[in-house]
Amino acid sequence: MSNSAAIPGSLPGVVPIRRDPNHLGHHAAGEGESHAPGRGTGGPAPKRIVVAYGFWIFLLSDIVMFAAFFAAFAVLRGGTAGGPGGAELFDITNVAVETVLLLFSSFACGVATLALNARRAFAFQAAMAVTFLLGAGFLALELREFTDLVARDAGPTRSAFLSAFFTVVGCHGLHVTAGLLWLLTMMAQVFAKGFRQDILRRVMCFSLFWHALDIVWVAVFTVVYLMGSAA
Amino acid sequence: MSQTEDRAHADVAPGDEYAHEEFGSGLRSYLIGLGLALLLTAASFWVAQTKVMWAPAIPVALLTFAIAQMGVHLVFFLHLTSGPDNTNNIMALAFGVLIVFLLFGGSVWIMHHMNTNMMAPVEGGVRMPMQQGVPLQPQPGMPMQHGGGGHH
Repeated sequence: MSNSAAIPGSLPGVVPIRRDPNHLGHHAAGEGESHAPGRGTGGPAPKRIVVAYGFWIFLLSDIVMFAAFFAAFAVLRGGTAGGPGGAELFDITNVAVETVLLLFSSFACGVATLALNARRAFAFQAAMAVTFLLGAGFLALELREFTDLVARDAGPTRSAFLSAFFTVVGCHGLHVTAGLLWLLTMMAQVFAKGFRQDILRRVMCFSLFWHALDIVWVAVFTVVYLMGSAA
Repeated sequence: MSQTEDRAHADVAPGDEYAHEEFGSGLRSYLIGLGLALLLTAASFWVAQTKVMWAPAIPVALLTFAIAQMGVHLVFFLHLTSGPDNTNNIMALAFGVLIVFLLFGGSVWIMHHMNTNMMAPVEGGVRMPMQQGVPLQPQPGMPMQHGGGGHH
């Protein structure tokens, strides 16, 4: 089938993209049943869309979980129990370097996705390796910061503020750690199994995950570090 | 029937970009996103440290930059559009954003009122330990009066 419903009087071959933008498609203007996959007579949606959409829902629920930790941090920010606060603990230069590392890592992950879609194996592996190195650098800086805080008697048990801090930043760090392991798995699977459809879907989910982690980090450096050290 | 012909009806997976599937044109979108994100990051860090701005405006500016940068990530890295093929992705995102705002905004709002309304009715500034910068131990120079919830 080709263009199912041309607007009367329009040029032949013009696709009426905006005729029924949200696919409500109930006949009145003659649109009839949609033959697109995922709707009406079109059959089930392609597996790529089903998988990615399901993973999208998971990511959103993960972000809701982070929102709970952020709320806890925002509420407990003042509860330093006489201990050190954000202004004296946080090294903003370190946070800026972490932010740039993670941003470029997200960019490299996007390049890897492009290389995958173009079926360029070497470019994909190279971009994924860069993604890994930048992500690992981020994680190393974060671990250094954590050990430094604990050494200065500002560990998670020191105050409610620090408990909330280690929970929200540590949870993000755990996600990055899991993402790095997933990244290596994807490199190995593409190397060993090639551009199979199921492998492509896994890499797509990984790239969604990695970009979502960068979005969460934007909230971390804004709410935790910048706003937390200003007060 | 190829998917290309059916753009008017079919959906696009989150993260997939419809029109720019070649390497070169796809890279452009990521480069624009990277540039904008770097710009907004630099603006955030500058605003947080500058003395030029009126202090109460700084958190507002920071939140604005953060939301703008999340938008940049969603558009240029995750390729969300307002197009018909993205309706499901946008609706799910809108629901997630609603829950996040209820959870975060509601918690901050409620706890702020708890802190301001349930303080100990004591003069001399003895406040609940939730308030910032107030030590748990009584200060030597501070007269300790034990009113309603003023025990420490």
